[in-house]
Formats: sequence, structure tokens, C-alpha cells
Amino acid sequence: MATVKKQFLNHNKLDKVFRVICVSAALLICLILAGVLVQLLYYALPAVKRFGFNFLVSSNWDPVNHIYGALPAITGTLLTTAIALLIAVPVSFIVAMYLVESASPYVSAPIGFALDLLAAVPSIIYGMWGLFVFIPFMQKLVRIMTGITFNGYGFLTSGIILALMILPFICAIMRDVFKMVPPVLKEAAFGAGATSWEVTCDINMKYGAGGLLGAIFLGLGRAVGETMAVLFVVGNIQAVPRSLLSSGTTIAATLANNFSEAEGILKSVLFELGLILLLISLAIQIVAQLWLNRVRKQMGEK
Amino acid sequence: MKRRGILFRKTLNTAVKFCSIFCVAAAVATLVWILYTVFRSGLQALSWSFFVEPTKPYGIEGGGIANALLGTLFITVGAVILSVPPGLLGGIYLSEFDRDSKLSRTIRFSANVMMGIPSILCGLFVYALLVYNTKHFSGLAGSLALAVIMFPVVLRTSEDMLRMVPNSLRESALALGTPRWIAVFTIVCRAARNGLLTGVLLAIARVGGETAPLLFTALWSDDWPFSFFSEPTANLTVTINEYATNSPFEVMHTRAWGAALIICIAILALNIFCRSILNYKRGN
Amino acid sequence: MFDQEKDKVKIYSRNLNFYYGSHQALFDNNLDILEQRVTAIIGPSGCGKSTYLRCLNRIFELYREQRIEGEIIIDNENILDKSVDVLELRRKIGMIFQKPTPFPMSVFDNVAYGLKLHFKPNRKETAERVEKALRQASLWDEVKDKLKRNGMALSGGQQQRLCIARAIAAEPEILLMDEPTSAIDPVGTLKIEDLIDELKNKFTIIIVTHNMQQAARISDYTAFFYKGQIIEYNRTEKIFTKPDEKQTEDYITGRFG
Repeated sequence: MATVKKQFLNHNKLDKVFRVICVSAALLICLILAGVLVQLLYYALPAVKRFGFNFLVSSNWDPVNHIYGALPAITGTLLTTAIALLIAVPVSFIVAMYLVESASPYVSAPIGFALDLLAAVPSIIYGMWGLFVFIPFMQKLVRIMTGITFNGYGFLTSGIILALMILPFICAIMRDVFKMVPPVLKEAAFGAGATSWEVTCDINMKYGAGGLLGAIFLGLGRAVGETMAVLFVVGNIQAVPRSLLSSGTTIAATLANNFSEAEGILKSVLFELGLILLLISLAIQIVAQLWLNRVRKQMGEK
Repeated sequence: MKRRGILFRKTLNTAVKFCSIFCVAAAVATLVWILYTVFRSGLQALSWSFFVEPTKPYGIEGGGIANALLGTLFITVGAVILSVPPGLLGGIYLSEFDRDSKLSRTIRFSANVMMGIPSILCGLFVYALLVYNTKHFSGLAGSLALAVIMFPVVLRTSEDMLRMVPNSLRESALALGTPRWIAVFTIVCRAARNGLLTGVLLAIARVGGETAPLLFTALWSDDWPFSFFSEPTANLTVTINEYATNSPFEVMHTRAWGAALIICIAILALNIFCRSILNYKRGN
Repeated sequence: MFDQEKDKVKIYSRNLNFYYGSHQALFDNNLDILEQRVTAIIGPSGCGKSTYLRCLNRIFELYREQRIEGEIIIDNENILDKSVDVLELRRKIGMIFQKPTPFPMSVFDNVAYGLKLHFKPNRKETAERVEKALRQASLWDEVKDKLKRNGMALSGGQQQRLCIARAIAAEPEILLMDEPTSAIDPVGTLKIEDLIDELKNKFTIIIVTHNMQQAARISDYTAFFYKGQIIEYNRTEKIFTKPDEKQTEDYITGRFG
């Protein structure tokens, strides 16, 4: 067999080059992740040196004298996130349960579609709607229910809007988890004489516990960093939460509000706040991914 | 042995069912409420001049969002140019060259973690990287911030879509003596073409409505976005933010709603389009 | 066919018609199942054996398109009537599926599941009933020190016996078994067949099986289903030695199926 004349282009070399290009592109992601961490750390250093650990527990926010504290932002983030999860997780659970177990396909398909749309709405729209429509609504609602004069802004309102934003997200994941429960297992429970709700609690929840927890983690991750929706309705006051109806701020809202005009040490302070948010997010994401990997492995074994 | 009350169990079951129907109705009602608000408030602002005139400060006659529309277009296209090639190549690496090794697992893990990082921090990162050092905001910085958000999304969806191409296709291309890199581009990518495109569109839909990352990078302006690389660039989302929160005038609020309506329609349409393609694929 | 002295009918089916959507699966079935006997239902794939079984505990009601016409009378009650409490019905009737279905909980909790669903036993009572059920299912010796282990960690045959233990812990009267050994290894199968032989002293057992030798080994009465109709129903020895219908004979001798 005559040997074929060598090609003009050396394809072996090209293949190797191609592989290197692809690896570099993929590794870029790790580089960016590290880069974000490093950059924020670097620019936050001046503030870290100036305020030290006290920064985390001080609620003193005094731009005139250049003294800043992160406590209002941190506690605000924690409170709004907690409210959002407290509302969104149970509601997602029963909606997901209803869609998978009880609803006929004619009902569950359009509702699933509606939920997907809800997830796609940009956060600034939630912010606008929150500001112009929901705040007056909350004002009236609180006045009717408790007689308290309420300006509509604050942690409760932010928490509710955040809940609305993460609800379709958590619900979609929970639906997938419920759909993966083997039908024969559910039939066995029904056959033993359980009601629909008992089957959900005893079988669906136990079988899908890992995935459900992962869904909650991912929802948590989203809620923690959400900026625009909260920015419009939280009140933007550097104050530690006194009640559900008081106004305050979150880390993301503080960043968004102050950054454009910030100078000097305030800029570094904002970077430090960003760093804190990054560390919180990273912790949540890493735990969530490790947990989901473990769950995936267990499911694979089953 | 005592019996458990059947009536109690059945009542609980029915109560939960009512509760779930109520929650579902509430969720759907809220969506309808939001969309209705956006449409009702936004439609008032829409007119021919709205689409053609650039933004003008309050008090000046006329004014629309033409420059912001163009600016958003530029910034988004820029983000696509910056994020899709590395995202696609990275996805190719994970799907074609290295499916299961410590390295690929680390990369996948990093991408998943990156997808959960708040978008405002991506803006902060690009600010630190570009804006701080060059001392000016720019549309390019905005594109870069959005690209940082899109990159892991494009990478993971590309990998997923490429993996769905059956191995037999790859093997038959290679068996003919096709060099690896040609096989990947002309055979595998072409087979996954629809899925890859959908992945990119979904990533665009995800960043199209982002405001926070642009606050520190592209900022906003009343000018046309032609000094994209060196000056603050007009864009829809930050303009909405300005008009809604930093302006007490009704007229500006209406314009903000108009812009919000446009973004809403664009993103929802993109989502519906992508989903119908994906469902079509799954159905096939 | 029936001995008036010793045989008592537990389940009467009258004019049973079953539909999956527009497709009819059971045609005018009439069957009398005897108390504390093992009744086998045999027939080729798709003949309606499992469908019939699933009528008895109304498990088909989980699916919207499946519906039934006719009567099934157990203890003088038509159990298909809407007024009958389906939860209590399912306590009285236990079901074992082809694929073992251990719940995602410990062995102990698995067995106690049906018990705790319908009763409020204290800890001592629960432990006693669980042990009793596991002994009756010939599983006690193998799991008595593994009670806290996850039920899904047992072997296939053990899982199936676990499901049997779970079914009998709530002290039902009837046991429905849908091809219980088809997914189990031969040694496990033998153990389960011995178990069925012991259980029939306390429970009415209906077993659907593909395996004719199994039906011949363990059942007292056999019903032969074909295309949704009951072709022949009689004592097992008669069906397998001198069947009345030619179709039955063809199936038994392996000419089709």
C-alpha cells in the first residue's frame, strides 16, 4: 500500500494546539474565580487595616468622620434571606408536591410554564413592581391588619419580594426531585393505606431528602446576593433591624447605593463588604455543590 | 392497641390539598399581577419617539430610550463576543477531551460555584480590574462584567449539549481519518448546533435584565453609545434604575416602565423561544 | 369445586369490567376467592392478571384514566362503592409488588410503617409486632441485629421478605402478590414459596405468577386468564392434570404464552 503524501498542514500538531486552547479556556473559569477573590481582597485591605475586626460588629456609619461599620448590612442580609427562605421553602414544597402528585397534566403543564416565566423575570422588574405597586399594597395591608402606620419599606417587604424571586427556582428543583421517586415505591405506600400527604412526607421527602436540601441551598445562594429587587424596597438606611417593619439595608444594597460616589476609605469599605458577601456566597455554593455531588452519587448507587 | 383516627388523617390530607391549591393560585396570581402592572404602566410610555429619541433629562421636551436600547445591544453583543468563544471551547474540552478526571471535576465544580456568585460582585471585580486602573467607566467594562456572568453558563450548557451527541458520530468521523479538531467543529458541534445556540440564548436572557453589574462598569449616560470603549454607555437597565429611584417625576417613572416593558417582553420571548426548542428536542 | 364444609368464600367478584382509558382490559369477570387458601392467577403477558389484582385494593384509583365497572364483595360489602373507606380497605389487604419496594428508612421503621399508619402502638407494642412480623416472614434471624440499617441495604430476596413482613405487620386478612419472586434469585424464591405455604394458615393469598411450576407447587386453586377473560378456574391439581378447556391445556403444555 503506497503511503499517502503528507498533508500540507500537520494535523497532529494542530490537534495538540487545539487541545491546549480548549484546556486554557476551561481553566479560565478557575482563574476568574480566584481572580475575583484576590481582587476584592486587595482592594479591601485598607479598610481591613483601618477598622479591623470591629468592622463586623459595629453599626456606626458616619461618612462625615469616615467611620463605617458592617453590622447593619450583614444583619440586614441575614434577616431578609431568612424571611425569604421561611416563606419560599414551604410554599415551594407544597406547590411542587401538588404539581407532581395531584394535578392533572392539563393543570401542571401551564402552571409549570408560569413558574418558569416567573423565574425569568429580571430582578429590576421585581424592584420596580415592588417600589410602585407592592409597597403601597403592604402599607394598606399592615394598616388594615394591625393598625400600625407603615411606610411600606423594610425587611418584611424585601423578604416577601425575595421569596417571590427564589420560589420558582426552588420549586423547579423540588419538582425534578419528586419526579425521580420510583412510582412503585409510592404505590407500595398507597397500598399500605397511606393518604397522599402521608406518602409525600414518608416517601417523597425521605427519598429525595438530599435533593430537597440542595434546592434549599441553591435558593439561599440566590437570595443572599440579590441586589436590585431589595434595593428598591428595603429603605436604604444604615440601621440594624429593630423589627420586621423597620427599614435598613443589605450588603448588596449598600454596595449599589454608595459605590458611584464613593471616595477614599469608603471605597475600600465597600470592597470589604463585597468581600464579606463573596465569602458568604462561596461558602454556600461550595457546600451546596459538595452536598449535591454526594447526593448524586447516592442516587446512582440506588 | 388504639386506632389512629381516619377522619383526622383524611382531613389533614384535604387541608394540605387546599393549602397547595391556594399557594399555586397565589403564585400564578402574582405573576399575572406583575406582568399586568408592567404592561399597563409601560404601554403609556410607548410611542414612535420613545424608540427613536435618545434619553433626555427631565424638563426637556421629548426624550425616549433609543440610545439606551442601542447601548444595551452593544453591551450584550460585546458580552457574547467575550464569553461565547471561551465558554464553547471550555465546554468542548470537558466534553471531548476530558470527561472524568480530577482536573475536569475541578473545572466543573468551579463553574457551578461561579454560577451562584452574586452578579454585583462580578461588576465589582471588573471595576477593580478595568475601571479603577483606566480611571473611566465604559461600555466595554460593562460587557466584560456580563461576560464574566455568562461564561460559566455557556461553558456548562455547551458541555451538556455536546455530551448528548452520540459517540457513534464521533467515532465514525475519526475512523475516516478526520483530524480531531476538524471532527469536533464540523461534525460534533454541527450536530449539537441547536442546543449550543439555545444555551447561548438562555445565557443572554439571564444577563439581559441585569442591572447591578453595570452600575459600576458602564454606568449610564444621555449620549449615544458610540464611545463604547472609553465612556459611560447608555443602557436600559441602569436607566430604569435612575429614572425609578433617583427621579421624583411622574414622567420619568413612566419612561422607566416603558423601558421595563421592553426588557420584560424581550427576555420572556427569548425564554419561551428557547424552551420550545428544548422541548422540541426532548420530544424528538 | 368447593367443599361446602371447609371452604368459605372471602372475595366475590361480579361482572367486573376494567378500562385503561378506552382500552378494555377485563371482560365480565366473575371469581370467588376462598378464605385462607392460596389462589394462583396464571396466563400470558397482558391477559389482565395484574389488572385484576390491582382492582382488589383499589390501587388503580391513583391513575385518572383507569376505571372499573362491577362489584367486588368482601365481608358483605361492595368495596368498589365510593362510601367504603379505602384507607381501611388497604389495611385489610396487603400488597407485594414484583420489584421489592423497601421504603427509604430503617428495617425496623419499614416493618412498623403500616402498623403506625393505622394504630397508635407504644414502643413495647411496636417492637413486639415488628419481631412477630419478621419471624412470620422468616426474616427475623437474618436482620435482628440489623434493625437500624436502611431497608434498601438488604439483598433482593431479603428486601422482598421485608415487604412481606411490612404487609403482615398491620395484620391484614388478604395478601395480594404480583409476581413476587420474578426479580429474586432461586434460593430466595424457594424461601418465599415456603413462606407462602406457612402464611396461608392465617391469610387469604392471591398470587399472580408467570411461573407455572410455581403455581402448581404452592397454590390450592388456580385461575387461568386469557385476554381479560377467565377461561378456567378450579383446584390446582385439576387445572394442571386434566383441564376442562382446550385453551388451558394449550397454555399449560406450553403451546403458547
